[in-house]
Amino acid sequence: MSRYFTKDHEWVEVEGNVGTIGITDYAQAQLGDITYVEAPEVGKVLARGDTAAVVDSVKAAADVYAPVAGTVCAVNAALEGEPELVNTDPELGGWLFRLTMGDPEELTGLMDAAAYADYLTGL
Amino acid sequence: MSAPNAAGWRPTMVAGTPASTAETSSGDRGLALEEALIFELATNATCGVDFDGDDVAPDPALSRFLRGAAPALPGLSEPEAVRHYTRLSRQNYAIDLGPFPLGSCTMKHNPRLNEKIARLPGFADIHPLAPAQTVQGALAVIAELADWLVALTGMAGVAMTPKAGAHGELCGLLCIRAAHEAMQGPGGQNRRLVLVPESAHGTNPATAAFAGYGVESIPAAADGRVDLAALLARLEGEAAAEVAAVMITNPNTCGLFERDMVAISAAAHAAGAYVYCDGANFNAIVGKVRPGDLGIDAMHINLHKTFSTPHGGGGPGSGPVVLSAALVPFAPLPFVARGADGAMTLIEEENAGEHHPHSFGRMAAFHGQMGMFTRALAYILSHGADGLAQVAEDAVLNANYVLRSLEDVLEAPFAAAGPCMHEALFSDNGLGGGFSTLDIAKGLIDEGFHPMTVYFPLVVHGAMLVEPTETESKAGLDRFIASLRSLALRARAGDDSLKSAPHFAPRRRLDETLAARKPRLVWRED
Repeated sequence: MSRYFTKDHEWVEVEGNVGTIGITDYAQAQLGDITYVEAPEVGKVLARGDTAAVVDSVKAAADVYAPVAGTVCAVNAALEGEPELVNTDPELGGWLFRLTMGDPEELTGLMDAAAYADYLTGL
Repeated sequence: MSAPNAAGWRPTMVAGTPASTAETSSGDRGLALEEALIFELATNATCGVDFDGDDVAPDPALSRFLRGAAPALPGLSEPEAVRHYTRLSRQNYAIDLGPFPLGSCTMKHNPRLNEKIARLPGFADIHPLAPAQTVQGALAVIAELADWLVALTGMAGVAMTPKAGAHGELCGLLCIRAAHEAMQGPGGQNRRLVLVPESAHGTNPATAAFAGYGVESIPAAADGRVDLAALLARLEGEAAAEVAAVMITNPNTCGLFERDMVAISAAAHAAGAYVYCDGANFNAIVGKVRPGDLGIDAMHINLHKTFSTPHGGGGPGSGPVVLSAALVPFAPLPFVARGADGAMTLIEEENAGEHHPHSFGRMAAFHGQMGMFTRALAYILSHGADGLAQVAEDAVLNANYVLRSLEDVLEAPFAAAGPCMHEALFSDNGLGGGFSTLDIAKGLIDEGFHPMTVYFPLVVHGAMLVEPTETESKAGLDRFIASLRSLALRARAGDDSLKSAPHFAPRRRLDETLAARKPRLVWRED
């Protein structure tokens, strides 16, 4: 298993050809209290960079993009009643959706944890 | 000359009266009222209206709609109901009580002359279905206001019927869609995208989506304006053939004029696309810049912003859309036409006499917001062309006064680039100590002001967008600036009491997160 990060502050946890996607702790802190998560439909086919989900907070509504192409194979049903999980546990229990990845090669363009930490210090 | 009442005389209190910490049995504090919910005030035994009751026989044809039980309405006498709402209204804040610095909202004073004109019986007591020959004056008001809007914007025509800003945006995009369909036929929808810069109003992408288009965001440059290179690149080559329109807000939501508008319009037109401009911020340039000269094809004008008609809870919006010659044939019906003899007719239909085959249809049942038309025309005629130009100058001057008076205590991300237009943009970067825009906004309530627009635009961290408008005096601006400065300094000094503001409002800080996550939209006894 390995974890990748995007410049849009999403993380992808990869296991086989399935990627679990969420937003980073930095992203949830910037957004403030999350009030609603609009998850994609299971079965939806996403190109890399497509809007996959929308996260509403008291400050803003933010699009979450598909970091790699793929087909949505699961969404985090717990967020329906408890969107605050994205605030309290953004990088584990607050995951948003899972993709069956179309081309795992696309992961090579993303950052690892160390590179993402460097990226954050530059912001 | 010394200032009047320099010693600050006020009525004398009984000697030795201490500051009060007393509680009252009612919960009211003198004239600050702790108002109950209307359901708490009500009794089942009271009713403010006399009904004839059971001796009214229901129409047999309607008997299936007869209620089986009394409706659960609160029982109050008329004076109880009047007092309840009047007491609540005293907890409200309005433009008639103080400045309303909401950025991009142009909350200017609503002149009383407008109200006097709008209440003239010839305008106030007419019906939209009255025969045209009996309402010639009212139709002349629509036609004259239309002439002014066309002249002020340098456009070819105007659709008067849209009822508000976003309705006007939709009208403009439907004109653009109709124009593309006329060129390509209904199936020729390969122009499926609208380009919307990040510095545009939040309604713009929503409108484009509602009109059936995909939305593609164009980034902002470091100076707060649209990234011209990115936009021009998007309008080149084969991929440009899928662009139906560029939708841009000018002046934009960072309070800045988009200087490259002419180049943007030329590139859009060269690519076969149209240019929609969100005119919400027209107050900054009215009488100074004609959008038609910038190559814009459609722009709505918020009469409730630039032209001083009541705004928010005070009155309906009105959003006429000015159109370029290329889009005028597609404008919605109805519109007012002036005959050679000066008679006004209302063009209502596509028929042999009034042939308008390209009109996309209607935005509204009738002529538009008549009550706002009379007020806006009264405002325009009382200011004149020179007065309207001064409106823009004073609005921009006031915003720059706010910007320069506060940039040493609040980060102003685009201030170094030069003057702003009608609104000053600040950020909560640099306040430190965990203080945020929300704390400053809540602190303003304690200071007796309505807060500014917060957390918008999104391109700035913790945005605070202040639009003073031209109707605030320098003395009024100085009071507002002094309050905002004191709040910024309290945050910088680590005064944690600011984090629990407001302290002096009828309610303390409300749980906005809970309200969004678990909204209670109706009263329920549970």
